[in-house]
Amino acid sequence: MAQLAAVIGTGQTRYKTRRGDVSIAGLLREAAVNALEDAGLGFEDIDAVVIGKAPDMFEGIVMPECYLADALGANGKPMLRVHTAGSVGGSTALVAASHVQSGTFRRVLTVTFEKQSESNAMWALSTPQPFAVHLNAGAGGYFAPIIREYMRRSGAPYDVGIKVAVKDRLHGARNPLAHLQKPDITLQEVEESMMLWDPIRLLEACPSSDGACAMVIAAEDAVDSSPRPPAWIRGGAMRSEPTMYAGREEVNPRAGRDCAADVYAQAGIRDPRRELDCAEIYVPFSWYEPMWLENLGFAEEGQGWRLTMEGATSMDEGGDIPWNPSGGVLSSNPIGASGMIRFAEAARQVRGDAGAHQVEGARLAMGHAYGGGAQFFAMWIVGADKP
Amino acid sequence: MSAQREIAIVAFHQSPCQASAGAANEVELIMPELRAVFDQVGLANAQDVDFVCSGSCDYLQGAAFAFVAGVDALGAVPPIRESHVEMDAAWALYEAVLKIRMGHADSALIYGFAKSSPGELPIVLSQQLDPYYLAPLWVDTVSLAALQARLMLDAGLITEGDMAEVVKRSRRNAMTNPLAQLAGETSVADLLAKPHYLSPLRRHDCCPVSDGAAAMIIATVEQAKAWGMPYVRLSGIDHRIESHNLCLRDLTDSVSTRKAAAAAGMNAGAVDVAELYAPFSHQEIILSRALGLGEDTRVNPSGGVLAGNLMMASGLSRIGEVFQRIVAGEAGRGVAHATNGPCLQQNLVAVLEAA
Repeated sequence: MAQLAAVIGTGQTRYKTRRGDVSIAGLLREAAVNALEDAGLGFEDIDAVVIGKAPDMFEGIVMPECYLADALGANGKPMLRVHTAGSVGGSTALVAASHVQSGTFRRVLTVTFEKQSESNAMWALSTPQPFAVHLNAGAGGYFAPIIREYMRRSGAPYDVGIKVAVKDRLHGARNPLAHLQKPDITLQEVEESMMLWDPIRLLEACPSSDGACAMVIAAEDAVDSSPRPPAWIRGGAMRSEPTMYAGREEVNPRAGRDCAADVYAQAGIRDPRRELDCAEIYVPFSWYEPMWLENLGFAEEGQGWRLTMEGATSMDEGGDIPWNPSGGVLSSNPIGASGMIRFAEAARQVRGDAGAHQVEGARLAMGHAYGGGAQFFAMWIVGADKP
Repeated sequence: MSAQREIAIVAFHQSPCQASAGAANEVELIMPELRAVFDQVGLANAQDVDFVCSGSCDYLQGAAFAFVAGVDALGAVPPIRESHVEMDAAWALYEAVLKIRMGHADSALIYGFAKSSPGELPIVLSQQLDPYYLAPLWVDTVSLAALQARLMLDAGLITEGDMAEVVKRSRRNAMTNPLAQLAGETSVADLLAKPHYLSPLRRHDCCPVSDGAAAMIIATVEQAKAWGMPYVRLSGIDHRIESHNLCLRDLTDSVSTRKAAAAAGMNAGAVDVAELYAPFSHQEIILSRALGLGEDTRVNPSGGVLAGNLMMASGLSRIGEVFQRIVAGEAGRGVAHATNGPCLQQNLVAVLEAA
């Protein structure tokens, strides 16, 4: 059965619109070296390397692990490349963990990235396909009608998304790595920002970032190299469903509900709002916070927006279940890395390593990622306590 | 660490290697292969396995998230546990093996697919190179392989006759493989009489471009027995990558293949059969030598990928070919190999043994 595994090092780059000072390989290496230093290890201590990113077309490199092997010290080692759409950062972490949990390796380095300044994601997502409807809308245009349907069903007030946009940017202002630094952001500023895909305004959407995130995952007998405590992996799960099928529930996808139920069962969690200390959840458009609060069982269906409006997810309002203390995807979005940043930030919280965005006394945290048409999900629970 | 769970390969199917699949899309290429492996085991669909993992490449389809459409072929309602690698499906198999070893699955479906014919494959793959220094030169995969072959010829490690011998054997072996794209009786003299394509390579030294898919089902030995299926033990699997800088590698050898074979336990016994993913004739010689294969080993009895090359599935198919030979009783122990990257940069070795 599954061997125990823990995160013993995390490393991130500073997230920016454009990292013109480094190559793509340099960007990954920066995150990898940070993670190794955090773990108290060198490249020579690593048994295998697992990388992930969103579509190759974003940067225009076909199967980039070939090019990246040298920069990540992978020569002579196993190297795997995961690609599961927007959830890839999370699923890459889970695949890396499986290298250890299977008893196959003792220490694995995993890195995810996106260098959006060297790419055009909007173009890459809009290449026409034979016999298929041509969607030239990008992700925002795809999700806007689904958000509208959530608003209609739940009767949520119009400004829930605005509140999330402010809350996550205030969290991001505590995180020196966050791309958007907006410590003075106001509800009015968000409301007056340009409407992009009604009801998503500019400031209710994620930025486009350059950045990479890395972790070192180790077996039970190899966790002691780091001066910081390990973040034990208490559960991990993935689920997929097709983009479209008759009767598909798009607002509250079943794949997300099933994935959450699976990961909670592994971690022995019955009431996530009560038992978890914080969560890093993939919220690229503001309204996905209330939608995922319901999908992940933090609130009853139709009630998620109330938690947001009450400040339950806000550190600044003393909420009981802070969501995205790091500022989340709304503050930094190197697409292929965004999921792993959620997973790594959850680990940082339970290691007491989150600096100014540390949730006091956090011992159990969740990392979450989703992708495609909200159809691919990856989640994990990490804890300070050894299972 | 506790003893690892034993993995059994229970089903495999591959489509014919076609020069062009015409108007068929990727889902239409995948579905018959999935149906075939489900029928071999008596399963209804992907709901009856614990995990699904696939391998494909967006650039071959010309679309971001190409694999998403593949999910349509699975019947993933209700949602399934599913993952994807942007690699040959042999690496999807590797991910599935880890999933079973860690106890999160007792069975898994693996598939790989590509429709390479609409694009210019060697040119597309040139974009796999270093994006700053090499990709802008558009150095195609055939030209790089030609440089590698030239190094071997100049070093006296092979002759053009040796390369032709590999092709002759591939074409002859493929005559008994109904899925092959290129087959037939030929001679070294005939082959050497053909003009060079990218010197020293002749067209027949290069694998053809093929469209198609392959699928496999693996399980724990206990699950395979419960299904009542004849199975083959996947006793070892490992993969290694080398430097991307061609000048820093000895291109006449494959160090990563040798390392992977050692880690997969190949040297623990005799090898009756080997299926090597060698897209160019001289690479079969490099791989055979790296693995130390002797005259007791039948190499590429299917004809190998010189007879038909399903990008993103050929690696998985090599494993499937060895599986089928062992199930048929033609061999007791075999190795299968998969590759990725320019001049065999990354290599995977699997060891299969009769149950």
